[in-house]
Amino acid sequence: MNWLAIAAIYRFEMNRFFRTLMQSFLSPVLSTSLYFIVFGAAIGSRIREVEGISYGAFIVPGLVMLSVMTQALSNASFGIYFPKFIGTIYELLSAPVSFLEIVIGYVGAAATKALFIGAVILATASFFVDLSIAHPAAMVAFLLLTCFSFALLGFIIGIWAGNFEQLQIVPLLVVTPLVFLGGAFYSTSMLPPVWQKITLFNPVVYLVSGFRWSFFGMADVPVGWSLLAIALFTAACLTVIWWIFRTGWRIRS
Amino acid sequence: MPAILSIRDLRKTYQGGLEALKGVSLDIEEGEILALLGPNGAGKTTLISIICGITTASSGTVTVAGHDIVDEFRAARALIGLVPQDIALEPFEKVRNTVRFSRGLFGKRRDDARVEDVLRRLSLWDRRDAQIKELSGGMKRRVLIAKALAHEPRVLFLDEPTAGVDVELRRDMWEIVAELKASGVTIILTTHYIEEAEAIADRVGVISRGRLLLVEEKARLMKRMGRKQLEVELTDPIPEIPPALARHRLRLSRDGRRLIFTYDRQGRRTGITALLNDVAAAGLVLRDVQTRQSSLEDIFVDLVHGEQA
Repeated sequence: MNWLAIAAIYRFEMNRFFRTLMQSFLSPVLSTSLYFIVFGAAIGSRIREVEGISYGAFIVPGLVMLSVMTQALSNASFGIYFPKFIGTIYELLSAPVSFLEIVIGYVGAAATKALFIGAVILATASFFVDLSIAHPAAMVAFLLLTCFSFALLGFIIGIWAGNFEQLQIVPLLVVTPLVFLGGAFYSTSMLPPVWQKITLFNPVVYLVSGFRWSFFGMADVPVGWSLLAIALFTAACLTVIWWIFRTGWRIRS
Repeated sequence: MPAILSIRDLRKTYQGGLEALKGVSLDIEEGEILALLGPNGAGKTTLISIICGITTASSGTVTVAGHDIVDEFRAARALIGLVPQDIALEPFEKVRNTVRFSRGLFGKRRDDARVEDVLRRLSLWDRRDAQIKELSGGMKRRVLIAKALAHEPRVLFLDEPTAGVDVELRRDMWEIVAELKASGVTIILTTHYIEEAEAIADRVGVISRGRLLLVEEKARLMKRMGRKQLEVELTDPIPEIPPALARHRLRLSRDGRRLIFTYDRQGRRTGITALLNDVAAAGLVLRDVQTRQSSLEDIFVDLVHGEQA
């Protein structure tokens, strides 16, 4: 294992993050605050408690998940797409590094950034609502798994994308709707029965539900299912990445 | 000297069916400068890309200091530095950081003294904390070289290092290459500037349409294939070549003042004495005489055209 190379990629990617630290920091703080003002204070005051939890607190896990998923995805996809776009990928390909090491470097950095933003959002949320975390270890585990699995997906998108439009299209057309319809702002038990069934096909439901369970001890779906879902999702991403590695798809001609 | 790079029957057919390399075999000795000459699309960049790991070969083998580039890619690539043809750099990164990154990527521990040395040698030290986007094109090329040298490679590939570079920078590049050679680095450069190969290479390889037409020591190549020309300048112009000189197969310049005689230096008799005797006998008065060695460019054009014909 070329650990020094992994560290070099990781550091290089984190440098990009630190260069735009204010943006990286301010934008989640601002958007979370807006969500709390709109959903928590304005609308939330007219919503009864959800499953015994104030609405403001209820949406916190969903908000964190929303940001963590999109941040992990966009950071990882951009991280590997940009070298392809500007041509610096030549250096990665000609270096004594394996594809696995490249994945660890980029995905690790993207997951770290997402984790940082998740933490910032949690901290911001704690200014607006009383937060208690029922299962802290499970919360951290869910957060980490989500960061890594979505960073893996982002990496695949970055390898696949042939232009900036394609880079945006999966997050925009697939991930964002799935996240919004995945129970980030509501409990699936609030849906009509038919939709309760349909929504079970949305993988994000399991992630949000499991994450919410780690806060409040209550979930839309059993927590075991959530773990299984995230495990399957991670395994699927790893399989695709392994296939890319075997074939050199879109990387080596 | 042992070969540091050994290429055997290397072939590459791209997905679209383009046969970029049609069985190239080549040994490169440690410490030499080899110039690969060839027109655009000859297969130069494909050859370099395969050796460096950017492209996969369809068949054939390459070893670097005995390490196979596929089976032992880590050992092989650690010995190689690549300066690509196009300027590809992260625009917002600082010069020093990007060179440090390259060193780490090649599995070398951080060594600020080494990075400083590379940056100083390439006259980049003063701009070490500048962002890449602030640099001129020539400076960016130097950064590419610095990145390629950051991990102390034994073999350096320069793909068209002076394409689109002004004359002054080109001379600088040549000096840098000479210094690298002096420090023991083996250099393979591709170029379509014959002048470049002529100025700095020890050996010249000519590649055209995916085939290596020849590899030869530059001086020997020029001696073997080089023709010389003798130019006789006359005091008074003449309308045509006098019949007495017909047997020398001369060419008369347009202004009628110069007679041009092409001869082979390899021959035992060049025919110069007989020509000059006949010129004198024809009553022509000489103003000046000079000879010219045909350049690598002439040789190259002959070769590539010969192959295409």
